[in-house]
Amino acid sequence: MKRLLSGNQAVARGAWEAGVRVAAGYPGTPSTEILETLAPMPGIYAEWCPNEKVATDVAVGAAYAGSRSMAVMKHVGLNVAADSFFYASMTGLEAGMVIACADDPGMHSSQGEQDSRRYAKFARVPCLEPSTSQEAKDMVGIALDLSEEFDTPVLLRITTRISHSHSIVELGPEREPSNGQAPPYRVDTTKYVMVPGNALRRHPVMEERIPRVAEYANQADYNRIEMGDTSLGIVTHGIAYQYAKEVFPHASFCRLGMTYPLPPQLIADFASQVDGLIVVEELDPAIEEEIKLMGIACEGKSIFPMVGELSPEIVRECAISAGLLAESSRPQQVHLDLPSLPPRPPVLCPGCPHRGIFITTRKLNLVVSGDIGCYTLGFLPPLGALHTCGCMGASIGQAHGVSKAGIQQKHAAVIGDSTFFHTGIPALLNIAYNQSNTITIILDNRTTAMTGHQHHPGTGYTLQGQETPSTELEPLVRALGIPNVYTVDPYNLAQVEEVLRECTGLDSPSAVISQRECVLLPAARVRNLALRVDVDKCIACSTCRRVGCPAILKSDEVYPRTGRAKTAIDPLLCTGCEICAQVCSVNAILFRSQIEAEQGVEA
Amino acid sequence: MNQRRETAQAATNFVVVGVGGQGILLAADVLALVGMRIGLDVKKAEVHGMAQRGGSVISHVRWGEHVMSPLISAGEVDHLLAFERLEALRYAEMLRPGGTLLINDYRIAPISVSSGNDIYPSDADEEKAYASATVHRYCIQAMEMARELGQVRVNNVVMLGTLSAFLDVPEDVWLEVISSRVPERYGEINRKAFALGRTHTLGLL
Repeated sequence: MKRLLSGNQAVARGAWEAGVRVAAGYPGTPSTEILETLAPMPGIYAEWCPNEKVATDVAVGAAYAGSRSMAVMKHVGLNVAADSFFYASMTGLEAGMVIACADDPGMHSSQGEQDSRRYAKFARVPCLEPSTSQEAKDMVGIALDLSEEFDTPVLLRITTRISHSHSIVELGPEREPSNGQAPPYRVDTTKYVMVPGNALRRHPVMEERIPRVAEYANQADYNRIEMGDTSLGIVTHGIAYQYAKEVFPHASFCRLGMTYPLPPQLIADFASQVDGLIVVEELDPAIEEEIKLMGIACEGKSIFPMVGELSPEIVRECAISAGLLAESSRPQQVHLDLPSLPPRPPVLCPGCPHRGIFITTRKLNLVVSGDIGCYTLGFLPPLGALHTCGCMGASIGQAHGVSKAGIQQKHAAVIGDSTFFHTGIPALLNIAYNQSNTITIILDNRTTAMTGHQHHPGTGYTLQGQETPSTELEPLVRALGIPNVYTVDPYNLAQVEEVLRECTGLDSPSAVISQRECVLLPAARVRNLALRVDVDKCIACSTCRRVGCPAILKSDEVYPRTGRAKTAIDPLLCTGCEICAQVCSVNAILFRSQIEAEQGVEA
Repeated sequence: MNQRRETAQAATNFVVVGVGGQGILLAADVLALVGMRIGLDVKKAEVHGMAQRGGSVISHVRWGEHVMSPLISAGEVDHLLAFERLEALRYAEMLRPGGTLLINDYRIAPISVSSGNDIYPSDADEEKAYASATVHRYCIQAMEMARELGQVRVNNVVMLGTLSAFLDVPEDVWLEVISSRVPERYGEINRKAFALGRTHTLGLL
């Protein structure tokens, strides 16, 4: 049966067909849909973990216990999981384990574009890379077989254009139902207890593995040679293969499905059959460096960029610049006589509860250490209220460092609920332990919003939507040792301001839990009610336009005294959060109660 | 070199653009599934996550005997479906000469415009921009048509109906795919939206 699947859906299907029993991960674009697709499939257990390290340990545990497993994350998640990734490579496993890791070249939704193939080499773990959804599915099974044959975890590296591109997949046979019998746990302390004495014996095993895998890789059918015109040979991988194939339809190709370790004999044979060798790879020169280490001459990053995502266009333009293609190979394009176009970056949604916090921190002139989530968008104008964003969970530690160093301004950390559970907890524990007057604002919108509303330990539901005990923030924060804990409604600007003012006067650590569900959640949507501007009252001061809400527009009406445009509200976008109504100094924006009263009269 | 041209010509290339939240991903899904249903190889590329929060969104869809790259190069787009006027301007140069540009006559001000720091291109700016462009341009009142049906959200399916007028695919195939991709209770209104866009555009050709 053929289906149109994204790379992520295909990885999930592949895991199911290949008999994965336990899968675990943390949501992160572009990897998120893998576990979401897997969750309802029969015979497989999948869960969201608080972070990627926990997820990797869960997958390792399952594989130690003799069941096939998969850990799922985005590239920066592998940083969090790196410690576990390395020990798993040292110990090996009792059953196959694959780490599906989605890199984000071009940083569509990430803070960096690191190349996970470097981790493969760093930890001596084989790395597979699909070029289509079909391969994304098939390579999960291949990875698990490899994992068992060579006693190693295997990295399945995908990228945004694999994860989120759809192509046609021929499905494999459905998995066989388990016999229901749990295997006995095989104890082997010399293999699995990594004290120095044992680790010294495991390290050579790990080093010897790679030449054996490389030998095997010479024969693997997913490392394939496609001979064409022998004047140019192209070594490529992943999605870059599709781009290169389109730009150089006649060239000879060596398409690597395994990008670590490389197949030495295959590459040497290929190189000997072509006049010139180039490497088309996205991000780092990982393949190029390995080929050069083999003593084979090739060009790669001298032609193609190291930074950003590739595309057929970029590959073609670089090839033209390098003299590999004629200028005439460039497609003709339509040309427009364009005015300057206003950019359209992503923004905080209309009604986003984070807005109430940022308006207030800006009003109080707080320096804000930020974190990873929708709220990172608070750095954009007109809010301009968030001042750092590095990685998951960094805000609280940073704010503590700011506090210990000392600055003239007051300052705070903001972190989302899911991010707090991810890596914020140890940092807040540090504040309680080492005592700074840091204000930690937890933006609790009851979901992992940015990646599309995944559950987490605070929502009360599992990945499968089953009810589970929810971890409440206020008692947790108190238990960590924070003495001053406040819960506020970010839609209530006066309350937020009062609490933040109080916190800035404290000498001891404080935490403010800003509690209001994401405005896109169904429970919030049912309360949507568009507000409206009383144009007779509006004095076109534009204070409301500085709250940065996409629903607030310039009206065609002008305030005669200044000639400036009054405000209008887009009834399709407005949710009725009343933040704009609260900042309006002349009460020109009607509150919900006023709108409801009007509608009541009409009814 | 010639073969590359042939490959490019053998494929039919679509780009759907607009603002996050306008139903671009659904439209691109339908388009890809329709290609698959008529027996072609298809690929579709899009981006999720942060970009979807009210940002500029683009989705690529390709039909062909054998499609390689999911991304389409500038100059190789046959049909550009724009759900918003500024986004039409932003991506129109991806069209090949003689390509079709279908624009939903609808404006969404970016935050820099609504907060007063930027200016949205005027009607005159747009006319000037397109004056020298060798494309077939159609401005569709998709939002109005959707409003008449009582559900503005289906303006994306009105636009699909519009696009269908340029493609040799039976109407039934479109309707079946649309029905399979929307919740059953919205099936009727989406089928009506498609028919409205299609009939209107066939009348223009």
